[in-house]
Amino acid sequence: MTLFVLRRLIGGLPTLVLVTLLVFALTRVLPGDPALLLLGEEATPELVAKLRDELGLNRPLYVQYASWAASLLHGDFGRSLRDHAPVGPILWQKLPTTLELSFFALLIALLLGIPAGVVAALRRGSAADAGVTVVALSGISVPNFFLGILLVYLFSIRLGWIPPSGYVEPWVDLRKNLLLMLLPAFTLGTALAGAIARFTRNSMLEVLSQDYVRTARAKGLAGPVVVYKHALRNAAIPVVTVIGLQLGGLLGGAVITEQVFSIPGFGRLVVDSVFNRDFPVLQAVVLFSALAVFLVNVLVDLLYAAIDPRIRYG
Amino acid sequence: MVEARTRSKAPVRNPVLRRLFSNRLALVGGVILALLALGAVFAPWLSPYSPTQTNFTALQQPPSSQHLLGTDELGRDILSRILYGARVSLVAGLVSVSLALVLGGIIGLVAGFYGGWLDNLLMRLTDAMLAFPFLVLAIALAAVLGPSLQNTLLAIGIVTTPVFARLVRGQTLAERPREYVQAALALGVGDGRMLLRHLLPNILGPLIVQVSLSTAAAVLAEATLSFLGLGIQPPTPSWGSMLNAARGYLAYAPWMAIFPGLAIFLAVLAFNLIGDGLRDALDPRLKR
Repeated sequence: MTLFVLRRLIGGLPTLVLVTLLVFALTRVLPGDPALLLLGEEATPELVAKLRDELGLNRPLYVQYASWAASLLHGDFGRSLRDHAPVGPILWQKLPTTLELSFFALLIALLLGIPAGVVAALRRGSAADAGVTVVALSGISVPNFFLGILLVYLFSIRLGWIPPSGYVEPWVDLRKNLLLMLLPAFTLGTALAGAIARFTRNSMLEVLSQDYVRTARAKGLAGPVVVYKHALRNAAIPVVTVIGLQLGGLLGGAVITEQVFSIPGFGRLVVDSVFNRDFPVLQAVVLFSALAVFLVNVLVDLLYAAIDPRIRYG
Repeated sequence: MVEARTRSKAPVRNPVLRRLFSNRLALVGGVILALLALGAVFAPWLSPYSPTQTNFTALQQPPSSQHLLGTDELGRDILSRILYGARVSLVAGLVSVSLALVLGGIIGLVAGFYGGWLDNLLMRLTDAMLAFPFLVLAIALAAVLGPSLQNTLLAIGIVTTPVFARLVRGQTLAERPREYVQAALALGVGDGRMLLRHLLPNILGPLIVQVSLSTAAAVLAEATLSFLGLGIQPPTPSWGSMLNAARGYLAYAPWMAIFPGLAIFLAVLAFNLIGDGLRDALDPRLKR
């Protein structure tokens, strides 16, 4: 198990190195002088020259990359251009909020997606199946900023049940925190729910046609036992894969959702860094998001073993 | 001869097309897309007003016979802006995906056909790009390139490229050992001709499905970037930026948000429906 995790992490190293190279290239190799970009409209030739010197932009590219990568290894993500605060602590401070949002979004997606997919598969070709298919695809197709705005209009403006935006830390007021999380989590979870429903349906159909399911039915096991104990557990593997693959999408979706609902999380940091032209922060959040997706996928691999005891990592 | 006779009985000859046309959902997607495309092409004739003409005597009018979908905070006609916005959205989707298709297609064909260190290098790069969340990378690229229509297309195209590279490589690897490829190789067909005339036509099926699904994602990405203010800049009407402007007036002018939002939703849905239908039509085993 430990060996597997180690091997998986080491196997990912070349990709991770390339990820850092791409992030580095994002601000150094693309057209445009980063110093000029950073200074924006206030740029004068003297200021640009001074900043280039400060940022070490006059050194050869590989030296710049090496020194940046070395500081990354020491956990140093650079400093914000706005207040010179180190980026690392800012990231850690914003992360729990986004994790909470993503957790609830995932929960909603699972609670909606899996039963919908199971029902559609069990009643293949019925009106319920068609309904799930259409609703799931709509969930995938609706822009989450539009969905968020619709929910705010309905539940905050029309009905006045939930405040339209904002965030309260759970340890300050748990009830308010959960209430405020409801609409954003639903907004963020909808697309994932649609994807999960589709994959659960297809995976269940595949499994339900297998011999062991027929055997289980033939030996007189009750319908629900067959469906949940035999079929769903076997159908879960591809579904877990999809969830793993969609987590990057969840992180991307969080950027928009946090923007719509004014939640001060990781996604908000992405947008703020763009508008403040704070490239060290942008660089750090982009890199961090790729690392997060990578680590989550290692976790997903481990989950397989938990779901299916036949899979062992040694 | 026999084959030709049995074929001619069918209303649509191509079995893939026949299956596609018998898929009701795909047909709905096709109709939505056709309407949007017509709206985009004939926007100058269909629009009742200019999309950028402000009218301070008709600010934020609700939908009426004068303004079918109402007006915005500057008195501009929302229907006209949605029709012109369709141009931006559809062009953004098609151009960025074409870019990704060409770039990713070349990378995938070369990697899959030649193999070896080149394949290794190209696929590692592809993996690295796929490690980033699609939207986060698109936002970062758009931010670095600067907001404009061209840069938005470029950013979305670049982010979509690895998807096609992966797909085309996999398909090429699967085709390479087949007899027709080996025969062409034995005949001494040149590499360029080999890749484009022999391999490419044989992997078109899955590619077309991916084009449709990626176009849905690209339309959504353009709307998202414009919503964030990183994409198409005013006064050019774009559905995403219309929604962004509408957020401040949600309480008393909800139509400003609802109609552009519906437009984005329908466009994305249409491409997804068509992509799904194509996948089922090309691989009937998947259709259940």
